[in-house]
Amino acid sequence: MSNRVYIAGAGIISAIGNNITENLAALESGQAGMGEMKYLLSAHRGKIPVAEVKMDNAGLAALSGLPSHYSRTALLSAIAAKEALTNAAIPDFSTLRSGFISANTVGGMDKTENFFADFLAGPDKGRLRNVVHHECGAATEIVADLLGIKHHISTISTACSSSANAIFFGARLIRQGVLDVVVAGGTDALTKFTLNGFNTLMILDNRYCQPFDENRRGLNLGEGAGYIVMASERVAQTLPSAPYCTLSGYCNANDAYHQTASSPDGTGSYLAMKGALEKSGLSTGEIDYINLHGTGTQNNDIAEGTAIKLLFEGKYPPMSSTKSFTGHTLGASGGIEAVYSVLSIRHGLIYPNLRFETPMKELPFTPETTFKKDAAICNVLSNSFGFGGNCSSLVFSKV
Amino acid sequence: MYIRAAAGISPQSSFEQILADPVPVTGSRLQCMEPDYAKLIDPKMIRRMSRIIKMGVAAAIQCLEEAGERMPDAIIAGTAYGCLGDTEVFLQKMVENDEQLLTPTAFIQSTHNTVAAQIALLLKCHSYNNTFVHRGFSFENAMTDALSLLKDGQMKTVLAGGIDEITDTSHTILKRFGLYKKEPFPAGNIFQTGSKGTIAGEGASFFVLQSEASGNDYAQLTGMDTFYKPASGEEIRQHISAFLERQNINREDIDLVISGENGDMKNDAVYDMVYQTVLSGIAHIPFKHLSGEYPTASAFALWLAANILKAGKLPGGIQTKKTPVTVLIYNHYQHIYHSLYLLAAC
Repeated sequence: MSNRVYIAGAGIISAIGNNITENLAALESGQAGMGEMKYLLSAHRGKIPVAEVKMDNAGLAALSGLPSHYSRTALLSAIAAKEALTNAAIPDFSTLRSGFISANTVGGMDKTENFFADFLAGPDKGRLRNVVHHECGAATEIVADLLGIKHHISTISTACSSSANAIFFGARLIRQGVLDVVVAGGTDALTKFTLNGFNTLMILDNRYCQPFDENRRGLNLGEGAGYIVMASERVAQTLPSAPYCTLSGYCNANDAYHQTASSPDGTGSYLAMKGALEKSGLSTGEIDYINLHGTGTQNNDIAEGTAIKLLFEGKYPPMSSTKSFTGHTLGASGGIEAVYSVLSIRHGLIYPNLRFETPMKELPFTPETTFKKDAAICNVLSNSFGFGGNCSSLVFSKV
Repeated sequence: MYIRAAAGISPQSSFEQILADPVPVTGSRLQCMEPDYAKLIDPKMIRRMSRIIKMGVAAAIQCLEEAGERMPDAIIAGTAYGCLGDTEVFLQKMVENDEQLLTPTAFIQSTHNTVAAQIALLLKCHSYNNTFVHRGFSFENAMTDALSLLKDGQMKTVLAGGIDEITDTSHTILKRFGLYKKEPFPAGNIFQTGSKGTIAGEGASFFVLQSEASGNDYAQLTGMDTFYKPASGEEIRQHISAFLERQNINREDIDLVISGENGDMKNDAVYDMVYQTVLSGIAHIPFKHLSGEYPTASAFALWLAANILKAGKLPGGIQTKKTPVTVLIYNHYQHIYHSLYLLAAC
């Protein structure tokens, strides 16, 4: 038996839809998810656009089956993870050795930041139920219990590459025979903490972001969750329908340049993409689509673009940043983009990079601007790069 | 997997101090004895680092130096709370200034991957870099990742560690949850109180782990396992028995168990139960009177076990039939996260 890792299911909630069907419809119609803040109560409302999931916590609680006072991070996670597991329809799931590996960057901060405002008035002030789920692991634990997963649970936090690393780690545990099935990906809710943090770094766009554009101004923050269900070959053979694809390559590298900025030549990005390709045994010419990290910041896009220029040497596959739809969902982005990648392979899709106008003068290629159906997509490369120099790339391949 | 080197920053200054005269617990909190960082980290970098980053980076550097390794193939950190100090600074300013006129430094250093990232930056290490943040499994997850990478065979040397800090704010909040002792207890003795609550702890423990024996290792980590939310005492006993069986080891072959009693009645009842059943008749010592209780305290236990096996000496005046060769660690955090480590002397 091979030790290939199959993708059996996917689940997603983002600013462009609460499930796979809604996300695909928005991607096809070119409907971006950014807009004026509605659910996040920040002083920056009206000034900084964000890509919110279009539902309040009460609605998300009803969809997820969790109490509405839980952190939005956990509510989003539960909805996407449940969809992924239902979508995978794995026979006798409860008898298998299963794992839930979820990533996020700020855990229950959406509640903590409200607790903290009260707490500053006095050490006995603030409701404890608003801080009890502060830790990143709390959301994972809540959702693992909801899914009935006990054999392995873990939470990864490597900034914006978090959920790519969750998928990478899960795949290894399957390949080494430790687990049969893993639900892996990530979740993050918009918080004032992250919004203000990114604002101090002056990398937020006060208009809708334009990834890989010469005149890009920065990123839009988003929120959501995305998970894929990975299964061993033995489990894959029992599935009621064919798996989406396999996870054929992965690599985690570090830029080791600066805590928040990428090196100008994209060393970390280059090493991650190169390593993932080597692992998959594919040449650059065999990649049919790149789902870019493409945040829309000056720094990321030139570093990522330079690394692609160097690695692909003149033969550039179609590529796009779906953050032009979802905003940058931080710890969830690798999970959300993994879902888009496996859907790309299943349905032969290439997604547009919205609002692209002017090619970057340093780069010999431009992103895709139109939605393409029925493309022959066998191999997709998905990039996730983050603070702390954490760079990870995944390769998905048709079975 | 071999523990080539182990280094820790904890409420105890060194293993020698633990043997000779450990720092006794008095209040509801044990704080780390921090070293002279200037000897370990470039002073220009120290200036910008918060306390937890300094502790984590210093322990990591000390560990690498001891192993004589300059460039690990992977850097993996486990931390339940992450960089609390910087998180609080940014949160407080954000609330007080109504989201205006903020500066980025605290935000930049508040992300959970900062310690592992700073180690990479300091070493200029482009290799694998990961951070696990799953409460009482944060360190176990990091170790599982390390084991898995070494098993893959492409890597030879992995640096892995567990780090958590107490801040005044986190201590105040966790106290309100009723985690810590309210009644006074005899200095240094948290175990005989028969009361609720434990004492808070913190620490940074790092390990250089290698797949091949070097001839000069602290110990061999022959196995580890975790289990989550066991439903009954029976389930705990089954997990421990099954682990020992998989490791091909009899109860009689274990020279010493290091276990996670923390002074809280309910918490410690679990250990009483295993010592009356599945681990009966084996010499055992606690460790949380030395480290305090925190989600990654098991990293301190592993550091302690590695030192005991290397030195062949036991703390706390405990006698075993022979110099310990085989040591088991059993720890649980809040009865949710249970972990087992089996070590052998090299």
